[in-house]
Amino acid sequence: MSGSAVLLQFLNGLAGASSLFLVAAGLSLIFGVSRIVNFAHGSLYMLGMYLAVSLSGTLGFWLSVPLAAALVAAAGLVIETTLLRRIYKAPELLQLLATFALVLIIRDAALWAWGPEDRLGPRAPGLAGAVAIAGRQFPQYDLLLICLGPAVFIALYLLLSRTRWGTRVRAASQDREMAAALGVNERRLFTAVFALGALLAGFGGASAIPREPASLQIDLAVMSDAFVVVVVGGLGSIPGAFLAALLIGEVKAFCIGLGYSELTLAIEFIVMAVVLVFRPWGLLGRPLAETRGPGTLQPPLPAPSFLLLGGLAVLLAIVPVFAGPYTIVLLTDILVFALFAASLHLLMGPGGMPSFGHAAYFGLGAYTAGLLLLRAHLPMELSLALAPLAAALGALVFGWFCVQLSGVYLAMLTLAFAQIAWSVAFQWDRLTGGSNGLIGVWPAPWLSSKQAYYYLTLVLCLGAVALLWRLIDSPFGYALRAGRDSPLRAAAIGIDVRAQQWAAFGIAGLFAGVAGALYAFSKGSISPETLSVPRSVDGLVMVLLGGVQTLSGPLWGAALFTWLEDSLSRGVEYWRAAIGAVILVLVIAFPRGIFK
Amino acid sequence: MSCKVLIYCLFIAVSSDAFGQGQSIKIGELNSYKVFPAFLEPYRKGWQLALEEINRSGGVLGRQVEVVSRDDGGTPGDAVRVAEELISREKADVLMGTFASNVGLAVANLANQRKILFLAAEPLTDKIVWENGNRYTFRLRPSTYMQVAMLVPEAARLNKKRWAIVIPNYEYGQSAAASFRKLLTWAQPGVEFVAEQAPPLGRIDAGAVVQALLEARPEAIFSALFAVDLQKFVREGSTRGLFKSAAVVNLLGGEPEYLDPLKDETPEGWWVTGYPWREINTPEHRKFRDAYQKRWNDYPRLGSVVGYCALYAVANGIRKAGSLEADKLIAALEGLQMETPFGGILWRPLDHQSTMGAYVGQLAKQGGQGVMINWHYADGAKHQPSDQEVRALRKE
Amino acid sequence: MSALEVRGLSKAYGGVQAVRDVSFSVDAGEVVALIGPNGAGKTTCFNLLNGQLRPDSGEIALAGRSVVGLRPHQVWRLGVGRTFQVTATFSSMTVRENVQVALLSHHRKLFSLGKPAGRFQVEEADALLARVGMQQQAARPCAVLAYGDLKRVELAVALANRPRLLLMDEPTAGMASDERQALMQLAAALARSERIAVLFTEHDMEVVFNFASRIIVLHGGEVIAAGAPDEVRANPRVREVYLGNA
Repeated sequence: MSGSAVLLQFLNGLAGASSLFLVAAGLSLIFGVSRIVNFAHGSLYMLGMYLAVSLSGTLGFWLSVPLAAALVAAAGLVIETTLLRRIYKAPELLQLLATFALVLIIRDAALWAWGPEDRLGPRAPGLAGAVAIAGRQFPQYDLLLICLGPAVFIALYLLLSRTRWGTRVRAASQDREMAAALGVNERRLFTAVFALGALLAGFGGASAIPREPASLQIDLAVMSDAFVVVVVGGLGSIPGAFLAALLIGEVKAFCIGLGYSELTLAIEFIVMAVVLVFRPWGLLGRPLAETRGPGTLQPPLPAPSFLLLGGLAVLLAIVPVFAGPYTIVLLTDILVFALFAASLHLLMGPGGMPSFGHAAYFGLGAYTAGLLLLRAHLPMELSLALAPLAAALGALVFGWFCVQLSGVYLAMLTLAFAQIAWSVAFQWDRLTGGSNGLIGVWPAPWLSSKQAYYYLTLVLCLGAVALLWRLIDSPFGYALRAGRDSPLRAAAIGIDVRAQQWAAFGIAGLFAGVAGALYAFSKGSISPETLSVPRSVDGLVMVLLGGVQTLSGPLWGAALFTWLEDSLSRGVEYWRAAIGAVILVLVIAFPRGIFK
Repeated sequence: MSCKVLIYCLFIAVSSDAFGQGQSIKIGELNSYKVFPAFLEPYRKGWQLALEEINRSGGVLGRQVEVVSRDDGGTPGDAVRVAEELISREKADVLMGTFASNVGLAVANLANQRKILFLAAEPLTDKIVWENGNRYTFRLRPSTYMQVAMLVPEAARLNKKRWAIVIPNYEYGQSAAASFRKLLTWAQPGVEFVAEQAPPLGRIDAGAVVQALLEARPEAIFSALFAVDLQKFVREGSTRGLFKSAAVVNLLGGEPEYLDPLKDETPEGWWVTGYPWREINTPEHRKFRDAYQKRWNDYPRLGSVVGYCALYAVANGIRKAGSLEADKLIAALEGLQMETPFGGILWRPLDHQSTMGAYVGQLAKQGGQGVMINWHYADGAKHQPSDQEVRALRKE
Repeated sequence: MSALEVRGLSKAYGGVQAVRDVSFSVDAGEVVALIGPNGAGKTTCFNLLNGQLRPDSGEIALAGRSVVGLRPHQVWRLGVGRTFQVTATFSSMTVRENVQVALLSHHRKLFSLGKPAGRFQVEEADALLARVGMQQQAARPCAVLAYGDLKRVELAVALANRPRLLLMDEPTAGMASDERQALMQLAAALARSERIAVLFTEHDMEVVFNFASRIIVLHGGEVIAAGAPDEVRANPRVREVYLGNA
């Protein structure tokens, strides 16, 4: 690259960093104060884009930006006061489930309001052209963006460090209980901070329209970018978010500039993984303040009911006698997801490790099964038997890094690894078939009927769940739970908490791999979606719907979610929103999971 | 509570299996309506129009045609389950639909396993009729290879030596780039490829990509971008002066779905494949356009034509076969000739690809809208590799 | 050889010197109190001893073996039991299960996937609970216990390993006066009968002077006095620190 090319790509990186920072700052602020992991932050950004595009038609671009941001802030206000306020006391992960439901609802609302077509916004009047920099044309508007990020950063810094309100926000984000003791009105503070976060998201979206069309897919994309920036910077740290945005913006620009554009598929996740491995709390983050008290209060885990499992097995075994073929297909899916959810539950429940990337092991199982069958020409039965081992191995490799962290950082590192695994499957065309995946992964002839395969799935999945339950009840399971309940106490009685957690990763990966391999043979093909983020999120939703504190919860959660998706997608026009609404109702009605 | 829910689930699942079979011919249609609504809403309207026409004229084999349409969730796994549902619960006689290549391939693979005819309407991947082609799968739209082959003569005529390539990073883009390199090198020996950019689908960082392309100083650019990526590329490219120095050939760029959002920013002079719906005045197209506009009070997109033709293809196949048996349907579709709004097409017995073509032309602005000018119809039959090559690819 | 030998221990956080050049030793069967005003460095000292913190410099030896650089679970394996200032128990488990987990660890069964943990070493667990007077509540979940009872569960858990050194960080905080005496009597008896070295911190001076055979006084991270209770009581520096600040 020539000197001027480097300069121009550097400026491109700065412009990208500015827009990243705008959306990440709000997310960081909200998390810092209320500990809410707001999945819907990208949706608020998307809302800002659509509003600005519509408003700019009548009001012009410059007026539409602040107005759209204000409207999104108002939407944030409504969300906080009507929904989030009800569930601050619920377990942290349930709030995540609620915000996930919002993602579904907001996306369908946007589809309803603005239609399916992408909406290209106007150029910014007065800044529509380009200026010459180092002999190249550089968009004027990008120069404004480059200034906008630091300007917002400084404004936020002044707000937080120079005002009484800012002092309260900082107090609350450092120590909630202390802030409450000092008489900070949490309720009003939370509302205000959420609205401010929404305002920033809306502003970020609105100010992006001269560069990017408003589209329905932008929400999750922006959400994952913002998460990465916030985590790389350190949760709750605004300067950290600024630094991380710069880092990621520049790395991306130079990947493209140096001709490695394929890398941009997962580069931010690679950056995140590297940062977290070396700095477990992000660039400028600090260890999260522990909630005080005799360890985190965990309700007792009920003993596994093998009677229930046996009854279920009998009931499911006679279903094919009277049910039609499609019921069997659907039940096969449900069983596979039940095992997937149960394996995730081992990490999230007894292990106390939220994993946002569990699909990695599901997908590893599926791909290994497919590769052994198609590329190594092994018999199907052997492929099915060996595939989970590869998944377990993958889980051990990823898990080794993950167990060095905790909480949201751990969750985000699992996500990063899953995304890296996904991008490898997506990119390695020769081995994995690239984006199309592997075709022709069918079971052996004796298993090719739907019924035979259903019985295989039934035996393997319920057997695996029984093993998992037994394991949770075993000394290993107790030691794992001990590490979750009180890491301090566990270490003080000779438990190597990380070793315990690491082993749990391997076991959870093994069982997720069983589910993945079964899934592959039931579908006949595998594509990268088996290890994608939505698959991970589905697993998370299933576990949380059923309740982390129960053993059977994940099974019911998987059944309910899969069945809901299947039946709603057939009959309801806005079925995603309908699923979202159902989840919201359940979250508010049963804040500890439905099947509690 | 948990038991009640379980029993309820089972009850619903079982009871809905019990729907009886009607007298009508059932076509199971599945597509990613929620993931690609912009392309698939017109598609839906297209087959709905065809369905109404077919039934108004007495149906097929004396029976009414019924389309059972489903959202396939946009992922291969879900799509396979939905297809299973169409096959086993709805007892569909034929499957039709899908958009993304991976979903299309997964359903084609299932159709082969379950021995049911599948008419892939939208997917562009070459593999669905070649490497992964199978006896039960037919594909309507001109493939990536065919559309690239249609553009290559125009690209060669530009007579530029230094080419850059920009594609979305997935199979469609990769195979478009590979075909373009191969075909252009063959058509114009000595051509040089100076840069290739493969941003993630839907996530192009247009400023940086345009900058990187500029640094390579290409005389021409081959792009396979579409939708959001195309819009961002066009805006950044024109602001930064990329298109002043380089001619552009853009696959799919003239399809109304992707062209219309560009409005007055439509880059002029680009060579594209597409669908100039306003100006195709052949009788068969005029008839279709009038009927479509009358029915939906909207103009047709390319998806409309695809949906319309796909259903007609299925109906014509059944009519010719005189039966709903898969083997007879396959025999009937192989070599079937039929009329479409784009003119006559043939379903190739060799690889089950239809010879539907595409319109090749240049982009221009008219009254703040993007249009295609200097266009001609490129017949799909003429833009295929040799039969020998196809046979080698098709492993059956 | 002393059960615990500490030489020149130092630890700083950022700019603050929490512990500076601390040296002392505890013999088997001896009950030693580590006292000092808030912020004197007592808890930091404990955290250094059981491996939660790594000292900047200095030496810690258990029965002659250096433990510097070991992690807490490794230190425990060498026979160091600990109770915490703010009790730490497993709140999702019953009282008995808390002890059983410690026993599982002692018997190196933490990775066993065999029979349910609840059926493991029930008698031994109950015997330990009986020693601290908690056998009646063995089946109750820890989450519902009174604070004083939690302290006793912690002691039972700490004893599961037959420790050679017992570190008790404010063992009687939150207890009624007679409970305090009972708990410390138990600890002292254990020290004598099992030859356990006990090091404890305590704010209640009555407890300290009743039970400690030696007292070490920390102030500002440094040892300002050490010796028998009467010597310490008479030490002018100690009087100044305690009375001056009071």
